[in-house]
Amino acid sequence: MTTSEPLLDVAGLNAGYGAAPVLRDVSLSVQAGQIVAVLGANGAGKTTLLRTLSGLLPATSGSITFDGIDLRHVKVERMVRHGIAHVPEGRGVVTELTVEENLRLGGLWRGKPKLDDVYELFPPLAQRKSHLGHQLSGGERQMLAIGRALVAQPRLLLLDEPSLGLAPKVTAQIMALLRDLRDRTGLAVLLVEQNVRSALSVADVGIVLALGRIATKDTASELAGNDDLRHAYLGF
Amino acid sequence: MTIVRDRVATTLHALPGKRRINPILVVVVAGAIIVALTYTLPAFRTYQLATVGAYFCVTAGLTVLTGLNGQLSLGHGALMATGAYTLALWQNKFNMLIPGVIVAILVTTAVGAIIGLAAARLRGPYLAGLTLAVAVVVPSISSTFDGTFNSDQGLPVALNPPPESILVEQWQAWVCWIAALVTVLALAYLTRGRFGRDMRAVRDDETAAKLAGISVARTQVLAFVVSAACAGLGGALFAVLSQSVSPGAFPLTLSLFLLMAIVIGGLGRLVGALIGALLLVALPAIAQEIGQSAGSQRLEGNLALTFFGVVLVVVMIAAPGGLTSIRLRRTKTTRTRNELKQKGR
Amino acid sequence: MDRFLFLTFDGLSRGAVYAAFALALVLIWRAARIVNFAQGAMAVATVYAGYSVTNATGSYWLGFVVAIVGGLVLGAAVERVVMRFVDHSSPLNGVVVALGLVLIIQGVLGMIYGNEFLPAPTAFSRDAFEVGGVALLSRYDIFVFASVGAVVVLLTLLFTRTPTGLRMRAAAFAPDVSRLLGVPVGGMLTLGWALAAAVGSLAGLLVIPTELGLHPTAMDVVFISAFTAAVLGGLDSPIGAVIGGLVVGLLLSYVSGYLGATVAPMAVLILLVVVLLGRPDGLFTRARTKARAA
Repeated sequence: MTTSEPLLDVAGLNAGYGAAPVLRDVSLSVQAGQIVAVLGANGAGKTTLLRTLSGLLPATSGSITFDGIDLRHVKVERMVRHGIAHVPEGRGVVTELTVEENLRLGGLWRGKPKLDDVYELFPPLAQRKSHLGHQLSGGERQMLAIGRALVAQPRLLLLDEPSLGLAPKVTAQIMALLRDLRDRTGLAVLLVEQNVRSALSVADVGIVLALGRIATKDTASELAGNDDLRHAYLGF
Repeated sequence: MTIVRDRVATTLHALPGKRRINPILVVVVAGAIIVALTYTLPAFRTYQLATVGAYFCVTAGLTVLTGLNGQLSLGHGALMATGAYTLALWQNKFNMLIPGVIVAILVTTAVGAIIGLAAARLRGPYLAGLTLAVAVVVPSISSTFDGTFNSDQGLPVALNPPPESILVEQWQAWVCWIAALVTVLALAYLTRGRFGRDMRAVRDDETAAKLAGISVARTQVLAFVVSAACAGLGGALFAVLSQSVSPGAFPLTLSLFLLMAIVIGGLGRLVGALIGALLLVALPAIAQEIGQSAGSQRLEGNLALTFFGVVLVVVMIAAPGGLTSIRLRRTKTTRTRNELKQKGR
Repeated sequence: MDRFLFLTFDGLSRGAVYAAFALALVLIWRAARIVNFAQGAMAVATVYAGYSVTNATGSYWLGFVVAIVGGLVLGAAVERVVMRFVDHSSPLNGVVVALGLVLIIQGVLGMIYGNEFLPAPTAFSRDAFEVGGVALLSRYDIFVFASVGAVVVLLTLLFTRTPTGLRMRAAAFAPDVSRLLGVPVGGMLTLGWALAAAVGSLAGLLVIPTELGLHPTAMDVVFISAFTAAVLGGLDSPIGAVIGGLVVGLLLSYVSGYLGATVAPMAVLILLVVVLLGRPDGLFTRARTKARAA
């Protein structure tokens, strides 16, 4: 693990819906060029964590610092300007817009979006530029959602369940892509996954959430190798 | 449906209390108060009291439709016109008031049934739009068939004078309030029984109501018919009060006023309908006095209009459940607001 | 036959106005899922503002511009000051608030201008040219077609060709996702209301001089016709609103011409009932509804 100043630093974070707190005292950090996998059972608070980080859900207490900026005071629609992209669960493709329009939307904030890189990265999208979002397959939608996030040229990618409903082969492709992006561009990724095996295969660090608290935090290889932990929290 | 959810809460809270008070007792006491008032108030106030009674018939019916059954109608002004014109035509031919009022109710009920059949298939803005169209278009029928309805001039209403021992205004107040109290009594019993339960069930969740064996369409049409009958009665009473009918007396704004009255009074409660009816008479009267003291004719009618509008908007934003639910609403609002905050909306 | 031709052109001219007004309803429906029942009153208010300016300056066009800009401002204000705070969990709430606005606007207009019909000025002659001995089109009709056509073209360009149009569509379809992508969703909603109200003002400017004149309730019947047009086309479809507007305009023109003007309002009501009961989703929403379900 590197010891330089982290890109994202979360300390003592609490958040939830209504009276029920979901996240309790969560602290974590992500370095530039690091992939951090957030693991845990259903309802452990993984999605809530991402929604709180991107401002969709206000934190009740704690701090979120990104590159020296206090993110708790940044509006959702300004996050992308700070270099944070959030691909929500269920992919968040605007199904009424075309592939091209979805991609353009991702880069609108910086003026002229460059879509060619994304088409190069995901050739299937290049062939379906004028198709509407709802005409795409699940894998294509996932590519579109990730591609759209990349158009914004983020420094931190918050990725929620990218493997949900996808064939193992497609999942593996996406994981490989993440690793490649990390190596080439220094992108940091906070990856929420139910699919523990594939998440740990790509991540540097794994964080296990249980009932809204961080149960354990270790390098991905340690986590994958520790049988007790795997049985207790990850169920395989 | 926040309005609706609030209403469930209010009805549930209100039910045990309501059971304890016998509606007949309420009506008898109310009747006694009205009679006493007609002997003490000056003639003009007695006339206003009579108007409140006539409005009460309509707002009570509308409150059942919108509050208990969740259907919005912007067309009840037009239904009042139907009742009023029917009575006018009947009186000018036969001059028998009580059968005339009954005929007016029946004719309006039939018209209401036709609109209700269409309304039962419509939701939200579509229903609002259709009933709005009814409210705007129906007054123009008097020009289409000007031979019968005499266009914009309207018709006089022939009435036998009351016995000499009582004032006209007194007699008007009695007629209107007998009608209003009978209406309210009928509605109170109607909405307590199975019909009331069905209406609330349909309002809260149509699918669940259907699964429970309730015919959704039938309940909705019935609710519309009942409220149309009330509007027909109210319209007939207005014909009696003004002794004439004309399309100008039933503009779109009348329908909007009615809606405002029940929204402000609190949807789904007969007490709310009474508050609404009172406001319908009191607010224009106050506005008129302000207008007169300011010496501006333009102010008179329009001040009331503006005032109604402002109250409607403010109540809908601050307390969508109406005045009678403000207490309940306040706790609820803070809760909802917190929830929204946490959802990040 | 001559009469039929005349009525057809007259109907298309009226229909163009209904189309514009229906388009304004569709714009807000798409952006906010509200049928803006206050749109007629809002349009009348801005036409009054334009009327005052025209009277003061003697320039029809200055008044025209003021009315359109007034529409933009009023639309934005209604969204920012009122509609934003309405609890939209029940569709009734928005409708009731809009009707409250109708009362406020009509009351205030009555207080300022009185409840008499005021003569509304026109920029062009309404005398029809004769084509082959048949009076078909007036300069005013051409002005109506040109301005409504321009609005349709400009709105199409805005929504399909510009980043702002893309933002507006995205914000309407998927607010949360749009915010994550940096779209100011609240601002887009305000902009939608502003544009819709301005289009409504244009419709008011075009139709009021051809009817009885300026009056606080002048647009009530027009609203019903335009609502019918919008429902006919499907509330979600801008193209449907335009076609629906032309259909309603033609119907009204034929009914007035052959059966008498007093029958026209009834005809609109009957058409509305038929459409609502026969095809409540409108004629042009099939593909979209299917798309949503998928």
